[in-house]
Amino acid sequence: MIEFASPTVQALAVVALVTVEAVVLYTGYGVLERLAGPPVIERIENA
Amino acid sequence: MAVLGLSVELLVLFVGFGFMVGVFFGFFGMGGSFLVTPALLILGYPAPVAIGSSMAFVFGTAIIATMKHADVGNVDYRLGALMFVGITLGIEGGRLFVFFLEELGRAELVVGIAYVLLLAAIGVLFTRSALRADGADDEPDDPDEIPELAKTIKSYDVPPMMTLADGSKASLWTISGVGGGVGLVSGFLGIGGGFIRMPAIYYLIGVPLAVAVGTSLFGALISGGVGAFSYGRSGVIDVGVVTALLVGSALGARIGSAATVYVDESDVTIYFGIMLLLASAAVAFGEIANWTGIAAFDTVSFVLLIGSSALVTTIILYYGTKEIRAGALGPAATTGEK
Repeated sequence: MIEFASPTVQALAVVALVTVEAVVLYTGYGVLERLAGPPVIERIENA
Repeated sequence: MAVLGLSVELLVLFVGFGFMVGVFFGFFGMGGSFLVTPALLILGYPAPVAIGSSMAFVFGTAIIATMKHADVGNVDYRLGALMFVGITLGIEGGRLFVFFLEELGRAELVVGIAYVLLLAAIGVLFTRSALRADGADDEPDDPDEIPELAKTIKSYDVPPMMTLADGSKASLWTISGVGGGVGLVSGFLGIGGGFIRMPAIYYLIGVPLAVAVGTSLFGALISGGVGAFSYGRSGVIDVGVVTALLVGSALGARIGSAATVYVDESDVTIYFGIMLLLASAAVAFGEIANWTGIAAFDTVSFVLLIGSSALVTTIILYYGTKEIRAGALGPAATTGEK
């Protein structure tokens, strides 16, 4: 748990952290999907 | 060794559970949050921590869903903004109620019982829907059509009347009531509440179905943000748990969403319904474990929740790979919240 500063700053830090995490994960997995998606589908088709 | 403040076992568990929850969210358009609070309760987290962390998780998944659906455009932002005050007050009310119960030492019990009933109710709805032989849906033929109930409510002129994006008018009291009511449930249970908010916007405020779906998604973003902020001020959000869940769910949601192209939702809906009924039983066993102090009930509870979630995830992935192998491309089925 984030424990520092005032409750409001603490809450804003949580909101900011979750926002950054969500954007990074969405973007990162998007790249992964574009790169790994077609080969994975192809491998399943040929399995 | 601890990562994100979690033992390796817990980290793997949360990433894995997040993945399963993400698959459900991507595939069914729901189920993203109402499994998280029960799981944390079963694992022994205090109710405020379980609910607060779930609200932060809801916020993260809502951001990801909004980014994905940003180009859809079926959002009445004016209506969303008008609901903001109601949602905020509702969530704050829900949070205060949780902390009031916590002071009484009854938060886990009351929230647990609420989840037993909620999961059972949604489970019955899904199972009944899957068993319905006629396969009829409730969607209107005319996409701009609104239900009779909404027409009746809109016919009452209770000022101030607000103009919606489609040009129709709705009382600010109705809009605030819907926002406040759904916010209260969200703040009390730590859920996004889309399965309540979307029907409430459609049936009570009276906007076309597609706009109700889009605006509900926007509402989830507001609810998640307000909830994360509200519980964050109380210092009860476990950021490590939220991060681990998001790492798994963001990947699971992509795979679940991709699976909708290959898998007919009606093939697996019944399993999802049964899983929710088992999740309800799991929370009940967790409560029994607390009352009796018998650890075996805790084990049963954990195995039921994680096992049933893992089974349904496996079924979705199995059907998906089977259809890919068969080269049978089904119609793209889902486009957002249901």
